[in-house]
Amino acid sequence: MNPREYDIEPVDLSWCPGCGNFQILSALKEALAELKIPPQEVVLVSGIGQAAKTPHFMKGHIIQGLHGRALPVATGVKAANPGLTVLAIGGDGDMYGEGGNHLLHTIRRNPDLTNLVHNNMVYGLTKGQASPTSPLGLKTPVQVEGVISEPLNPVALAISQGASFVARSFSAETELTKDLIKAAIRHKGYALVDIFQPCVSFNKVNTYKWFRENTFVQESSPEELRDRRRAMELALSGPPFPLGILYREASGRPSFENLLPAYRRNSEPLWKRTPDRDGIEAYVETLR
Amino acid sequence: MVRELSIVLCGAAGQGVQTVEVLLVRALGRSGFHVFSTKESMSRVRGGNNSTEIRVSEEHTEAFVDRIDLLVPLNSGLRKNIWKRLGPDTLVLGDREELKEEFASKEFRFLDVPFLEIAREAGGAVTANSVAAAVLCALFRIEFEILDDLLKERFGKTPEVLEKNLLSAKKGYEQGVRLLEEGVFALKTPKPDPNWRPLLIDGHKAVSLGSLAGGCNFVTAYPMSPGSGVLAFMAQNASRFQIVVEQVEDEIAAVNMALGAWSAGARGMATTSGGGFALMEEGISLSAVTEIPLVIHLGQRPGPATGMATRTEQADLELALYAGHGEFPRVLFAPGNAREAFELSRLAFDWADRYQVPVFILTDEYLLDSIFELESLPVESEPFSRHFVETEPGYARYRVTENGVSPRGIFGHGRGLVRIDSHEHDEKGHIEEDFDVRERMQKKRMSKLRLLEAAALPPTVKGDPQAQTKVFCWGSTGPIVAEALDLLGREDVSMVHLKQVYPLHPSVRTLVEQARRVVVAEGNSTGQLARLIRLYTGREAEHRLLNFRGHQFSVEEVSEGLGKILEGGEPE
Repeated sequence: MNPREYDIEPVDLSWCPGCGNFQILSALKEALAELKIPPQEVVLVSGIGQAAKTPHFMKGHIIQGLHGRALPVATGVKAANPGLTVLAIGGDGDMYGEGGNHLLHTIRRNPDLTNLVHNNMVYGLTKGQASPTSPLGLKTPVQVEGVISEPLNPVALAISQGASFVARSFSAETELTKDLIKAAIRHKGYALVDIFQPCVSFNKVNTYKWFRENTFVQESSPEELRDRRRAMELALSGPPFPLGILYREASGRPSFENLLPAYRRNSEPLWKRTPDRDGIEAYVETLR
Repeated sequence: MVRELSIVLCGAAGQGVQTVEVLLVRALGRSGFHVFSTKESMSRVRGGNNSTEIRVSEEHTEAFVDRIDLLVPLNSGLRKNIWKRLGPDTLVLGDREELKEEFASKEFRFLDVPFLEIAREAGGAVTANSVAAAVLCALFRIEFEILDDLLKERFGKTPEVLEKNLLSAKKGYEQGVRLLEEGVFALKTPKPDPNWRPLLIDGHKAVSLGSLAGGCNFVTAYPMSPGSGVLAFMAQNASRFQIVVEQVEDEIAAVNMALGAWSAGARGMATTSGGGFALMEEGISLSAVTEIPLVIHLGQRPGPATGMATRTEQADLELALYAGHGEFPRVLFAPGNAREAFELSRLAFDWADRYQVPVFILTDEYLLDSIFELESLPVESEPFSRHFVETEPGYARYRVTENGVSPRGIFGHGRGLVRIDSHEHDEKGHIEEDFDVRERMQKKRMSKLRLLEAAALPPTVKGDPQAQTKVFCWGSTGPIVAEALDLLGREDVSMVHLKQVYPLHPSVRTLVEQARRVVVAEGNSTGQLARLIRLYTGREAEHRLLNFRGHQFSVEEVSEGLGKILEGGEPE
């Protein structure tokens, strides 16, 4: 498939010129095209933020909901129709701040979702406040004396909680980003791809130059990827920060929707089903 | 004269009062008695003192009464709320060994039955509850085989436990028969009807089964009493009915996951109570702007905040009515009994899908924990219909239509793309800030309110619709007011029970206008329905009968309250 098949017209992209979101958007389209998944089979779920606008700028089913809530919405979509390819897309504030609790429990639940987090370490939509991943000391219009809370380490968090696929990219590395998105979609289970992304308007510290100087691509063999201790070491290391797949569980662990009794005897998506009224009648008769 | 007895069983949590209740209610039902039961319990897993009222009658009953004809205390430490309901005619059936000095004074009619001793001899002290159930079965002349069957159904999976309980029940039953023979049991029991074999169903099951009949196939919740009874029922039957049930990390996830499921064509419900629902509010607003259908089961309990976890109240009408920022239509159902809980839960899913709005099933702890008798449930009465479409290329999710309802596409069905957005949006679901588009879309969404008003369910009127005094009530208070009117015996008073509290049926206005005196009886401290009626009709209710102690009204309380109002005085 041609990535242009995901283009949407007319489109008025609201991102700033030079924003890393453009690179992630094109990597996402290319990944889907190379995997030959037509837009009718893709559901792009997002919350609120600049990154969360991504679904609007390409073809596919979309649902842009509330700030921080993309993961439960995406889980609901996938559990209702496991045949769909579901991605939850958002920024660091959306996924790691407002939606932090959902992140923890989506990792535990392990639905077959791809979670793309555009991590620019700052709030863009609301104009420059600190995010959960902002570095210590970053001065903002609100954190006027600099950030005093430790930044959250999303990849270490995900690995520590048993996420089945954890990767990190940098938006300017478009080939790597595309490959990681493809691997995440192919992975049967929850897959986190944390993508470093410069915010050209509000983050003057973590710039393109800074990311280039502070990241490197880490090559790993499939066996090495199954080593959670090694993954944790990589996740805790840096700067420079390793990019690539950091952890990938050996296949075999069933994803959330595969464990649901709803699909044990019937693989049809829920929308095709009608209520089992005979079954209800039979149950009701046991109440006498 | 209709014979009727009100039995109250009391015991500590963990003592098996619930087992006695289940065994006795079902044994009575299978023997042809009319039966209703309701319980109140403390928020603790062990100890304390909980009570269950079982009404056994020759006619249908479905309301809580204060009167106690037969009290069966399984432990000492009867609480104040029970003491004050004892009258000179109350017979106390208890074990002197357990109760010690309690009920020792002469003012009580006390019948000593050695539950513990019988239990110890038969199956061990823990089976005292089976002894009690068996004694009562014998006193109501229920055949032992019925109890035997019920015990096998309840304990059949663990033969040792079953054996002990059967033995205890046998001894208890013999003791009951002896009491009858000796003539010391002085109460006149109702006559059973051999043709009556009712369904016995509590509110949790009624909501759950109604939802299933309405096509519910996706349930999310974070446990919170009393909303979690529905979660438990659905989870225990997920495999049987092939539905998705997930206990989630918080109520925010519950509502958002349900919305995700609906957008892929499932029929989802989040079940909760007031505190959990408060966390869902933003999701209600999301349902409204995205026009994703949603069903919320809100089992009310007393607030604010943690309030009283295992108690009841009707104070979340306004919460449900106004929850969520922005303006949008919604539906509030408030069933009064198990039949209505079943029917309205089924309808909730149809209406949510048909009108693409959030629909609330407002129940409360009292309704959910009460067991109602029914001849049958109308599982098949309405055909099942879906209201989504197969999409075509160029599909626009929010197409402006005459009645405001846009054909709803779902993910993965059709060649079109379904684009759903929480921002204000254009017909294709794209973010839009154009003022004209905003106005058009807001009007489109609000125009669904006219459809809902046209579909609104009429209230139930009991008595003369032209009666001078009308008592308005909603939800679980209905059957109590209905029986209170019977007790009162006045032809100039009628009841108007609302099973849909929003939007109101147009006849509510007429009924209010025709009344010389409007009384509103409801389970909160400020009169929320009374305010809603004033909002819709401009009429300030002349009297409000309110109850917010944490337990539902009793029939007597409503009857006396109405009596005072009719005499011209204000109720306390």
